Amino acid sequence: MGDQKFPSPHEIETIPGTEGWQRMYPYHYLFSTQNEERKAYEENMFWFNDGLHYPEPMYPFDIIWDEAWFLALSQFNTRIFMVPPAMGVDHRIINGNIYITPVPVSDPAEIQARIPQFMERAGYYYEHWDELHENWEKKMREIINDLKCLEVKTLPQMEDLSVVREGLGISSGYELLASYDKLIDLGIRCWQYHFEFLNLGYAAYVTFVDFCSRVFPDLPLQKISQMVGGVNVIIYQPDEELKKLAKLAMQTGLGDQILSAGSIDNVTRQLSSSESGRKWLAAWDAAKDPWFYISTGTGWYHHDASWNDDLNVPLNSLRVYIEKLKQGHAIDRPLGNIQAERERLVKEYRGLLQTDEDRNTFDQLHGTSKLVFPYVENHLFYVEHWFHSIFWNKIREVAAIMKDHGFINDIEDIWYFKRSEIKDALWDLVTGWATGSKAYGPLHWPKEIEWRKGVYQKFKEWTPPPAVGKPPETITEPFTIVLWGITNESMSAWAKLREIGDPDQVTELTGFAGSPGVAEGIARVCRSVKEIDQLQDGEILVAPTTSPSWAPAFQKIKACVTDVGGIMCHAAIVCREYGMPAIVGTGQATSIIKSGMQIKVDGNTGKVDIVR
Amino acid sequence: MEQRQKYVLWFQECDISSAPIVGGKCASLGELLKAQIPVPPGFTVTTATYNRFIEENKLDQEIKRLLKPVRPEDTASGEAASQAIRKIIEDKPISVELEDYIGEFYRLLSKRCQVPAVPVAVRSSATMEDLPGASFAGQQDTYLWVRGIDGILHHVRKCWSSLFTARAIAYRKKMGFAEQAVSIAVGIQKMANAWTAGVMFTLNPANGDRSTIVIDANWGFGESVVSGLCTPDNFLVNKVTMEIVKRTISAKECFFTTNFETQMVEQHQCPAERACNQCIIDQEAIELARIGKLIEEHYCKPMDIEWAIDKDLPASGRVLILQSRPETVWSGKKAEPVCKPKLSAMDHIVSGLLAGKKVK
Repeated sequence: MGDQKFPSPHEIETIPGTEGWQRMYPYHYLFSTQNEERKAYEENMFWFNDGLHYPEPMYPFDIIWDEAWFLALSQFNTRIFMVPPAMGVDHRIINGNIYITPVPVSDPAEIQARIPQFMERAGYYYEHWDELHENWEKKMREIINDLKCLEVKTLPQMEDLSVVREGLGISSGYELLASYDKLIDLGIRCWQYHFEFLNLGYAAYVTFVDFCSRVFPDLPLQKISQMVGGVNVIIYQPDEELKKLAKLAMQTGLGDQILSAGSIDNVTRQLSSSESGRKWLAAWDAAKDPWFYISTGTGWYHHDASWNDDLNVPLNSLRVYIEKLKQGHAIDRPLGNIQAERERLVKEYRGLLQTDEDRNTFDQLHGTSKLVFPYVENHLFYVEHWFHSIFWNKIREVAAIMKDHGFINDIEDIWYFKRSEIKDALWDLVTGWATGSKAYGPLHWPKEIEWRKGVYQKFKEWTPPPAVGKPPETITEPFTIVLWGITNESMSAWAKLREIGDPDQVTELTGFAGSPGVAEGIARVCRSVKEIDQLQDGEILVAPTTSPSWAPAFQKIKACVTDVGGIMCHAAIVCREYGMPAIVGTGQATSIIKSGMQIKVDGNTGKVDIVR
Repeated sequence: MEQRQKYVLWFQECDISSAPIVGGKCASLGELLKAQIPVPPGFTVTTATYNRFIEENKLDQEIKRLLKPVRPEDTASGEAASQAIRKIIEDKPISVELEDYIGEFYRLLSKRCQVPAVPVAVRSSATMEDLPGASFAGQQDTYLWVRGIDGILHHVRKCWSSLFTARAIAYRKKMGFAEQAVSIAVGIQKMANAWTAGVMFTLNPANGDRSTIVIDANWGFGESVVSGLCTPDNFLVNKVTMEIVKRTISAKECFFTTNFETQMVEQHQCPAERACNQCIIDQEAIELARIGKLIEEHYCKPMDIEWAIDKDLPASGRVLILQSRPETVWSGKKAEPVCKPKLSAMDHIVSGLLAGKKVK
């Protein structure tokens, strides 16, 4: 990376018209220009833009998950498992874009001292993985249940008589403040759990990857993840439910009715009138919790709606399956083939090893990776999809109260508040309600929010540098390696992207080779899952990212290109299963490629050619 | 058994057990075909044909007489005998019956190759190659680009006579081999008329990765690739999944063809509009790799292979394997564990974490 030059974090200029943007984010996220010690530290670290999680700038509220993983990931490395050479990952923000840097343990003696601690602690987790994991699932179900049960109540003109009769001694105002605190607390706590296993999982996987690439320098990363990936992972379950519902509809002769009935409300109305229809609707309702809590995005942004938020989304996907069944196609994932191919890969690569020692190492590391991988694949459904989908709507309930009291004009304005500002505003609101005087918020916030929206728009139009600061020689933090794939090549690719001037002149894009194969065809840009019904058979899907709710799209396309994602993202995994090429993490495919363009996708090299 | 099977056999009818009558070279071609490895098609003129030729022309006594004065330490005596014997073998007629067997097979081969009077290689296939120290026998003559039945019969006799080079005579004398027991078979094999050709390694010679097959390819005959005269197209194919992992298309400035008239290899400048085109299609690269994997499995070691894509043969059988020998650079190294063995996965994880990942 030595030959790549990146700007100093303190050199990045404020976009004209956004002066004062810093107040939209936590103060400790800002690169310091005041304190010399802090400034020197920041200049010496290598900060890269986390475009993997954040293809768009941060909304002041949505930064909550960034704060949550900032803490959770770091504490498990630094304080809980005592990863010998790696501490946490530090975070900053520039013009709404998150920059992160892994913090190494620099004192060799300290690294040595941490080894036995790590062996004992991480060793315990690896040894008791299955039972601890079972316990984890239990904790997750409990916390999701707590979240669902959490009530956000409006403030009455006069408290109910029961407050007096039962001697409660507290008001709805106090309860509102408390429920907001509880809501935030549940979110942060859930993210504590998120990282309980994740770093250990990645550490095991990285070690296996490392071994494989030493023995087989040409082995593509995608094959390694295929060797350890699970077949029945929970993240596919929502899609499986739709397939089941499609089959049930066909068996009970409801297929055509569902296809032609229009919106979900009409479908419900029409089906309610028959016995078989009511039975099908019952199955549909049963699938909603938890499976329709799958997000249509990654779950990281408040605008990533879940299926439950818009039932027409799963309905349209369901229709794709019903159509397929009507045409006599099989819609099930070829589980047997996937399993057999996985076993063949493992057997053949193992067979190419030259010594018993290496075969033994292969078995040890492959075994551990396979043990940890289900967690790596499954945690997303629990946290980013199930929990987040409910969480965003709970915050909307808080927003509704703020809107009622004139603090905001629209519920969706709440995302322009920092979470601490919401707490402050609620105090303002509640004390105003309690006092009977007028709160200050309605005079202050609507104006401020308008200004923030303008700033956010300018952030969106700005292209963040891929990295700032000083590149290191070695990275030891397992996350940084697996997720962001920080290598010389990725650095160069980033540097190249920045040089692109006119997007209409670009004829070539590069990303991670997510799934092998070559395909040429017409591009279809779908910015959200709602647009996948525009896909024609045999087109190439170009999307910001995909999630399991996009599954039906893969029935139609012959290749996939995404802006965001690594070798283990949804699009890469699904394309490998279907045996079609995928290029992920291209950075800006959706802004350069237009629907109707002829493109060539090479999933072996990670290159997209645009025919102009 | 048909009568003809005594005298001529298709390669696919040969195997290791037929080595005494078809010679080592043809037997191994038969073994390769059995393993689904496509060598250029052809047939063997067996040792029985040679024996009958000797018998019909009553050459046995004549040869014995000419060999009598040879003394192993006297090279001149061996040389004189060799010249005399080779001349009488090459001058004698092949009987109509034997000619008919060979001619019929040649016509069938031409038909199969879809080329009238298909150019062939005529090469001796000695039966004594397996004897220790007798490896020089493999150096007996090979004649390339032979066309037409007359040319074939002529060169078959030349191969037969190559049994009596001065070196061979001296060697047999020295070892005390009985001259009557000596016999020879001849292989008649289609010349690969290469549209493209090159070499293939069943490991990556650059880094020793055994999960990779590397293919170098250029237009025309493989000489341009083997000699290093031009930069070939280069393909890396994953041996396990048979996917092309990397392709490098080079500016291939020259290529070789053979002039049928002069039977000489000619070098050509590659026209600019063709030089930078990918010279084998992806499917051919994958087909080559698939065959490379079979060859490696056949010999149980990494191999260095010469191949060609034939212009004449039907599309399904154009890929031809011309030569394969064991790879020596990486295979010669002692097999050392790549990773120091450790007690548990945990130990590997710790040492992996400590090493970190070099990004420079």
